[in-house]
Amino acid sequence: MAMLEVKDLAVNYGVINAVKGVSFEINQGEIVSLIGANGAGKTTILKTISGLLKPASGTITYEGQPIQKQKAPKIVAAGISQVPEGRHIFPGMSVKENLQMGAFLQSNRQSMTDSFEAVYQRFPVLKERLDQDAATLSGGEQQMLAMGRALMSKPKLLLLDEPSMGLAPIFINEIFDIVEAIKEQGTTVLLIEQNAKKALAIADRGYVLASGEVKMSGTGAELLANQDVQKAYLGG
Amino acid sequence: MTTLLQQLINGLSLGSIYALLALGYTMVYGIIKLINFAHGDIYMLGAFWGYYTINFWHFNFIFALVSAMFVCAVAGVVIEYLAYRPLRHAPRITALITAIGVSYFLENIMSYLYGADTRNFPQVIKQVNYTIFGVRISNIQILILATACFLMILLQLIIKKTKMGRAMRAVSVDADAAELVGININRTISFTFALGSSMAGAAGVLIGLYYNSIDPLMGMTPGIKAFVAAVVGGIGSVPGASLGGFLIGLLETAVQSVGLSAYKDAAVYLVLIIILLVLPAGIFGKNVKEKV
Repeated sequence: MAMLEVKDLAVNYGVINAVKGVSFEINQGEIVSLIGANGAGKTTILKTISGLLKPASGTITYEGQPIQKQKAPKIVAAGISQVPEGRHIFPGMSVKENLQMGAFLQSNRQSMTDSFEAVYQRFPVLKERLDQDAATLSGGEQQMLAMGRALMSKPKLLLLDEPSMGLAPIFINEIFDIVEAIKEQGTTVLLIEQNAKKALAIADRGYVLASGEVKMSGTGAELLANQDVQKAYLGG
Repeated sequence: MTTLLQQLINGLSLGSIYALLALGYTMVYGIIKLINFAHGDIYMLGAFWGYYTINFWHFNFIFALVSAMFVCAVAGVVIEYLAYRPLRHAPRITALITAIGVSYFLENIMSYLYGADTRNFPQVIKQVNYTIFGVRISNIQILILATACFLMILLQLIIKKTKMGRAMRAVSVDADAAELVGININRTISFTFALGSSMAGAAGVLIGLYYNSIDPLMGMTPGIKAFVAAVVGGIGSVPGASLGGFLIGLLETAVQSVGLSAYKDAAVYLVLIIILLVLPAGIFGKNVKEKV
């Protein structure tokens, strides 16, 4: 059974049908990439999974339970954590406070200390800047902080929305390495990217979205080799 | 010199009450971007609660203060739940007009229930005046200043050090991101209203003690002045609201002491106009920069 199963999902913004009957699934331990152009509905799907948006129809089943009617905090508690597009760290709060916020639902002190240790190990640069205002970090560091914050809740499924957006090339490679390392440690990853080449290269499976529908699916390698995908998303 | 010191004491006492009120404005604005015009009326409710409990239940000062804070916290939460929550996704002007409506409702329901007459606030603490270096200071003034400062420090600790305080700050800078880390937005907003309203309740009891008179419309002018104080300090900023409150209190006393009592309210509004012209973000206002 799939860890997360999205079935016939439709989401509207007012009169606009942003997502029109999308189905896909994620198995435990996979990296699954959703690729597609701007406006394809990728972010909308992610926000609906994490409970910020409510679907017009369709179901989202996580570990056998329907979650499409749950509110965001319940979904975080169930083990799904999202790194939002544009990072959305908390400015005016220190790096440490930002990480603490990520563990908001944890009350066990020991488990919180473990989360901190794990995040420091994954992102040593954050440890050096614990007391610094998060808003003063560079874009790449902010992305790491956003990812660290999401990992603080020890998610089973991590949702990443455009983690490489607006970053310098050196950071982009680092971020993709980190995503792979997160998977190695047993966290399942749903990755949304416009950088389709890199996203498919590290993905076990991928789905190509356009105008709110799934146009194609396959393993990462299959999609990378596909001529249509190459033409549309990989620059020929 | 003595006059100056005397006015300083008077200004700080009055200012600390404005500061307590301004905190509620600034916190509520910070979290849901609403100027809660009913906030001054919560302060009136606090004063009336103090009046009744001291007169009829013979509460002492501390008991009256703490119970007024609790009752006002509940009132604030109920008002938010009934009046503002249904409008969470409505345009901001809708909620603003609703706040004015809530304000009129509270003023008129209290006038209807208890009459619009001014009442004498019971002298729960006997006034004693001390003269130090020619400056007269009453035990009531000391009590007001000490209570207000204690509450402000307590509030600052709650905001900086507790989990709910961090949640409040997180929701006020980025509600979506806050929800994604598992913060219950509605509960955090209720908590903010509870905190802000309890400060207003405390201010109500303190002003009753200071001026000895209360009436159902007593919240209107101080409410607006506290709002000015919050704007002067930088709306959304907690230390700013405290500072703004003290500044407005000092200004008002200064204007009175030079013989322009009739213009003390005008002076406060003049400051509002000047601040909005030259420093629209206020003293501690944040010029929010976003990194994209």
